[in-house]
Amino acid sequence: MSDAITHEAHHHGPPTGAKRWLYSTNHKDIGTMYLIFALIMLFIGGAMAMVIRAELWMPGLQLVQPDFFNNLVTNHALIMVFAVVMPAGVGLANWMIPLMIGAPDMAMPRMNNMSFWLLPPAACMLILSMIVPFFGGGQTVNTGWTLYPPLSIQSGMGMDLLIFTIHILGVSSIMGSINIITTIINMRAPGMTMMKLPMFVWSWFYTALLLIVVMPIFAGGVTMLLFDRHFGTSFFDAAGGGDPVLFQHIFWFFGHPEVYVLLLPSIGVLGMVIPTFARKPLFGYKSLVYGMAALYGLGLIVWAHHQYTIGMSIETTTYFMIGTILISIPVGLMIFNFIFTLWRGSITFETPMLFALGIIVMFSFAGTTGVMLAVVPADLQYHDTYFVVAHFHYALIPGSLFGLYAAVFFWLPKWTGHMYNERLGKIFFWWTTIGFNLTFFPQHFSGLAGMPRRIVDYNMIFTEFNVMSSVGAFIFGLSHLLFLYIIIKTIKGGEKATDEVWEGSSIGCAGLEWTVPSPPPFHTFETAPQVK
Amino acid sequence: MTTETRHEKSIGHRTTIKWLLVMAVGMFGFGFALVPLYNLLCSVTGWNSIATNTVQASADEISQEIDLTRTVTVTFDGTINGGLPWEFKPLVRKIVVTPGISYEANFYVKNYSDREIVGQAIPGITPWQGTEHFHKTECFCFTQQTLAAGESQIMPLRFTIGADLPKDIKVLTLSYTFMDTDRSVLRAGPG
Repeated sequence: MSDAITHEAHHHGPPTGAKRWLYSTNHKDIGTMYLIFALIMLFIGGAMAMVIRAELWMPGLQLVQPDFFNNLVTNHALIMVFAVVMPAGVGLANWMIPLMIGAPDMAMPRMNNMSFWLLPPAACMLILSMIVPFFGGGQTVNTGWTLYPPLSIQSGMGMDLLIFTIHILGVSSIMGSINIITTIINMRAPGMTMMKLPMFVWSWFYTALLLIVVMPIFAGGVTMLLFDRHFGTSFFDAAGGGDPVLFQHIFWFFGHPEVYVLLLPSIGVLGMVIPTFARKPLFGYKSLVYGMAALYGLGLIVWAHHQYTIGMSIETTTYFMIGTILISIPVGLMIFNFIFTLWRGSITFETPMLFALGIIVMFSFAGTTGVMLAVVPADLQYHDTYFVVAHFHYALIPGSLFGLYAAVFFWLPKWTGHMYNERLGKIFFWWTTIGFNLTFFPQHFSGLAGMPRRIVDYNMIFTEFNVMSSVGAFIFGLSHLLFLYIIIKTIKGGEKATDEVWEGSSIGCAGLEWTVPSPPPFHTFETAPQVK
Repeated sequence: MTTETRHEKSIGHRTTIKWLLVMAVGMFGFGFALVPLYNLLCSVTGWNSIATNTVQASADEISQEIDLTRTVTVTFDGTINGGLPWEFKPLVRKIVVTPGISYEANFYVKNYSDREIVGQAIPGITPWQGTEHFHKTECFCFTQQTLAAGESQIMPLRFTIGADLPKDIKVLTLSYTFMDTDRSVLRAGPG
C-alpha cells in the first residue's frame, strides 16, 4: 500500500496536510523542517541570553536566583550548540547537498526522517530539565554546558534529562552524518568528481566525519556520568578511585572538535558566497580542501588547552599549547584564500556578501584572542573569565551563526522562488553586527580585569562594561525579529527569483543547484545529470 | 534510473554505511577504553600529578641523600567532601623540614554521625612540581578508614621530602579531602 502512495506522490507533487511533514522522506521538506526547528530554538536560546543579560545589567541579584541563573547559562549553551547551529547546518546540508551534487535525494530518506523527528522530543527534554527543579526535581543543573563532576553528580533530576537529551541528539546527529557522507560518496552525478564538489559539500563531508568520531565519545562520557549518579560506579568519583579530571578529558576530546563541527559548514558557505559576489573563482580550492583536512586532524589532538589549570605536567601543557597555536595555520590559510578571492574581484555588497565580509573581520578577531588563550602563562590569567566568553562568542556567532545567516540570505531565493527585500536584509546585517559587537567587545575588558564567568553577581567596578554588554544584547536580540519578518515576507511573496538567482552564481565553485528552477520542484534530478 | 543501477547503488550504500557504523560504535567503545588507558598513561608518565600521589613509597626507593643546606616548609590541610558528617584536621598546621630526613605528622578525624562510615582520603600537592619528590612511607590515605558512630582517631602520616626537590620550591602544601566511599547510603540516609 505504501508503495502505491509513494508512487502516486512521485508523480503528483507532495502529499498534503500533516502527513507531508510527519512521514516526509523528501530532502527539501526535511531540510525545511530542520531550519524551522533551528529558528524556533534560536528564539528560545536567545530569550535565555536576554534573561542572563538583564540579570547582569546591575551588580547584585535582580531577576533570578543564582542557581536558576547558572541553569540558564547551561541550557543557553546546550540549546545554541545542539539545537540551533547543528540542526541549522544539517538543514542546509539536506537542502543543498543533493541539489549541488545532482542526486535525487539523500541516500537514506527514511533514516533522514527519523534523524529529524528525534530532535523535537530531545528539545522538550532539554527544556524540561530546567523546569523540574521547580517541582521537586532536586538541585538545578548549575554546571554550565561542560557538565563537570563532581557538581554534575550532585545535581538533581534535570541532569538525567540532559544526559538522555544528549543521547538522543547524539543518535540523531550520527544518523544524519552517516546519511550525508553516504550521499556524498555514492550519489554524485556522473562526472561530478570529488575535486569538483562545491566547497559547502566538502565542508559537510569533514563535519559529518568529525561528528561520527567525537559524538559517540561524548555519549559514552555522559553514560559514565549516569552510572556514577545512579548505579554506584566510580568513573569520576575520587572516593571510589575515579578521577573527575578524566571527565574533563572525555568532554573536551569531544568538545574541541565540536567547535569545528559548528564552524566548518559556515566556512563552506563562505566558500560559496565570496566567489559569487566577487565574481571570481575561489582562490586555492585544493588548499582549502586539504586545509580542512588539517583542521580535522589537529582539532582532534589539542583538546586539553581547555584544561591548562588542572595540574598537568609542563611537557603536556607545552604540547597542547604548540598544537593549538598550529591550528592558526589552516584557519589563517582559509582566511587568506577568501581574501585572495576578493582581490581584484568585481565585488557587490548584497546581504550574504556583507555577512561573509563581516565574518572574515570578526572571526579573525576571535582567532587572535584564541592564540592569546592558547599560550599557557597567559591563559592561567584569562581562564574562566569574561575574556573567554568574549573569545568564543566571537568565534561562534560570526564563525557559525553569521555563516548560517549568510547561507539563509544566499539560498532563500532558491528555496522560495522569491527575492528577499535587499534593503531590509542590509538593515538586518548592520543592526545585528552593531548589536553583537556592542555586546561582546566590552567583555574582553571586563574579562582582562578579572570578572569571572558563570556567576550571577559581580564587583561594582565592572558595572559600566556590563551595562554596555546588556544594551548591546537587547539590540542584538531585537534584530532577530526583523530576521523573522524578512523570512516570512520572502516565503509569502516578493520579486520572482531567476534560476541562477545571483549574477555570479556559476562563477565560483558552484554545483548543480543553480541549474534547477527557483523554487525547485518537489523532485529533482530523477535522471542523473551529466557534469562536464 | 533503471532498477539495475539502483541495485548497484544500494550495495555501495551498504558498504559505506557499514564502515561509518563501525567507526561510530568503535568510538563509543573507545570512550570507555579511555578510562583504563587514562589511568595507565598517568601512572606510567606522571602527566597528571593527581593520579600518581596515592602510592606508597618503599624505603629503599627513596634516596638516602640529606640536603642540609636548605629547609622546606610543609603545610597541611584537611577538607571534608560534600555531606560527610566528619571532622577532619591536621594536628600540626606546618613544619619546617630538611630534605632527606623522615618526619611524622598526625591528623585528627571524628565521625559525628550515628552510624559507621567508610571514608577515603584523597591527597593533592601544591605546587604540583613537588609531587614526585614527596615520598609517603606511611599514610592513612593508602587505605579506606572505617569509623564507628562517634568514634575519633589520630591518624599518622610519615613522609620524606626528596633531596632532589627543585631548589625554587620552598613551600609545599599537602591537602587531603576525605570522601564518603558509599554515596548511595548517604543519599538514602536522610530521605
